[in-house]
Amino acid sequence: MDTETEIEAAHRPQRKPLALVNARLVDPASGLDAFGGLLVANGTIADLGMHITEGSVEGAESLDCGGRTVTPGLIDMMVFCGEPGHEHRETLATASRAAAAGGVTTICCMPNTDPVIDDVALVDFVRRRARDTALVNVHPMAAMTRELKGTDMAELGLLQDAGAIAFTNGKTSVANAKLMRNVLSYAKDYDALIVHHLEDANLAKDGVMNEGEVATRLGLRGIPTEAETMMLDRDIRLVELTGGRYHAAQISCRASLNVIQSAKERGLPVTCGVSINHLTLNENDVGPYRTFFKMTPPLRSEDDRQAMVEGVARGDIDVIVSAHDPRGAEGKRRPFAEANDGAVGLETMLGAGLRLFHNGEITLHRLLNALSARPAELLGLAGGRLMKGAPADLALIDLEMPWTVARDELRSKSKNTPFEEARFEGRTLVTFVAGRPVYHYG
Amino acid sequence: MSIAAEAPTLSFPHRHLLGIEGLKRDEILSLLDLSEEAAAQSRRVDKKSNDLRGRTLINLFFESSTRTQSSFELAGKRLGADVMNMSIPTSSIKKGETLIDTAVTLNAMRPDLLVVRHHAAGAVELLSQKVDCSVINAGDGSHEHPTQALLDALTIRRHKGDFEGLTVAICGDIAHSRVARSNILSLNTLGARVRVVAPSTLLGEAVDRLGVEAFTSMHDGLKDADVVMMLRLQRERMSSSLIPSQREYFHFYGLDAEKLSSAKEDAIVMHPGPMNRGVEIDASIADGARSVIREQVEMGVAVRMAVLQALARNLPNE
Repeated sequence: MDTETEIEAAHRPQRKPLALVNARLVDPASGLDAFGGLLVANGTIADLGMHITEGSVEGAESLDCGGRTVTPGLIDMMVFCGEPGHEHRETLATASRAAAAGGVTTICCMPNTDPVIDDVALVDFVRRRARDTALVNVHPMAAMTRELKGTDMAELGLLQDAGAIAFTNGKTSVANAKLMRNVLSYAKDYDALIVHHLEDANLAKDGVMNEGEVATRLGLRGIPTEAETMMLDRDIRLVELTGGRYHAAQISCRASLNVIQSAKERGLPVTCGVSINHLTLNENDVGPYRTFFKMTPPLRSEDDRQAMVEGVARGDIDVIVSAHDPRGAEGKRRPFAEANDGAVGLETMLGAGLRLFHNGEITLHRLLNALSARPAELLGLAGGRLMKGAPADLALIDLEMPWTVARDELRSKSKNTPFEEARFEGRTLVTFVAGRPVYHYG
Repeated sequence: MSIAAEAPTLSFPHRHLLGIEGLKRDEILSLLDLSEEAAAQSRRVDKKSNDLRGRTLINLFFESSTRTQSSFELAGKRLGADVMNMSIPTSSIKKGETLIDTAVTLNAMRPDLLVVRHHAAGAVELLSQKVDCSVINAGDGSHEHPTQALLDALTIRRHKGDFEGLTVAICGDIAHSRVARSNILSLNTLGARVRVVAPSTLLGEAVDRLGVEAFTSMHDGLKDADVVMMLRLQRERMSSSLIPSQREYFHFYGLDAEKLSSAKEDAIVMHPGPMNRGVEIDASIADGARSVIREQVEMGVAVRMAVLQALARNLPNE
């Protein structure tokens, strides 16, 4: 498909109202799960309910969903994109196509770019590029320290005014506790969300996978879960001191979950995320040094994975992210210890997540809540819910359709998926952004 | 004008002026009254009097200063005292012991009045315990700068008449400012309502316990204020990541016409100097009709004359 035409089509104002009829409407924000229809007009949800049927709205096009599920489009709080600086790995355009194919209608792109998104002009650049080339909503997350170096605070106020949705230090923790305190304290004045990666760099030094038996057998240096939990512990104390809004970007182990639970019980403004990888894979998947399973935090033990699933099921873990991190052969076709961290995930997040639903481990509402409503809430976005007036960012999902992940069919420029050949049950058929279809299956 | 004739009305029973803390309302007001006379004296052609004739005043500055030091020097000279300036750059001294040694040495020279500025909070009080003369704190670290608060109070009174019911917004680096601390104490004692406005990183912990209302937004903090007092922002606040940059600081906290429009129409604008134009204050405001910044400098000399006189009166006359 010609790129310009596709973008032009995606940006063309919706001419006619569209009625999605004969659908199962699932809205995790309100708890709605009912058959009916949904009317989209001018890019927003104009109406929904039993009364929206084929021909019930004059002048509207209608799409028969055949009883399949209509749900808010997914909102992914962690997408590494190569633009600017690493366009050979991924551009905003290719990431957005991967997102659309995965039912994801909003992505937060991380500031790990070259140059780093730590300046008003860069935020502006990403937003313009996204407007001109992306099929889904893109919100840049800006660096909380200059050049992500963890030494000087970035211009949080000006960056937020320019459109930064939140602030993060990318894939590293800010080691300096005083700086972290200042950032949390300063961010509070702007009600800005601080999204922090958790890894004590010294404790994790030279480690390449989870510490334990598997690492020992493979002869690889381990990263103890304590490297994550200690940093989280410290951060929670700083949140207590400052009152800043804090989101642990990804937790990966039971001990961290316990820390989050206790912080929430104390009423602190603390939330957390988990990647789809840590919900569905564990350290054993590394197997014979498979670098597509190398990531940060590393895949943990089966007990930790189960803790993550329980955390999402109970709502203690707020958000599921893809942690989409495109890496080319130059980064992955290397000895395990020397390979890059990271896995792509935008197109497979929903399919992998639905495994947990089909296994009966997580309800559909909890799953979709962590994939749409909750991130919208944390980021202050209007999407993530099926209600009148909300943006018509929607996914039409066949919950049962079986499919197999094929690397070469991935829309992402990089193909480093840990789900190659995985058989999934359930996939996105159509994705709508502001009422316009941006993806059709098949 | 004879100060001696008015001596009975002056109530200032202190040997030193180490801070505003501990001063009573009447004591501050009588210093302000005395300052008004000193201001009048300074506007005469013959500015010199003999009130401190024969007295020795030493300006001991461990931290460099242009305006405060020259203001004290002029105040002493206008009152007829012999004035000596000693500037001891911080780099050449070794804290603690040297400070005491210096005090003992100076004391042996039998000064009557010692004006001291030091980079460490509490250093001036420590020094005052080791000397026989009167000590005036000209700024100790982030603790107090009492003569600045007095000159600010005098300037405010000249424009607003009274302190009761006034709302004063002190804006900027509250956490590190001795000017803010002394002003909070003095304005609270005088009956004004004090607000502080700063990003959370520069507000200081538990600042609300000092009897002020704290704001992180200039718009809210300046709303209906009668007096807007800006503080100087030190560059080192950026290097220690308390704020990200000068441009961000100016955008959100620099006083410009837009932010000043939240204050009352007749609000006055103050700054202890030296100003960073384009950082904490826009040049158009600093030089504008509502600025009383130059008057503050003039009142500085007057207030210091009053303080020297008041303390000299309590010195032994034997």
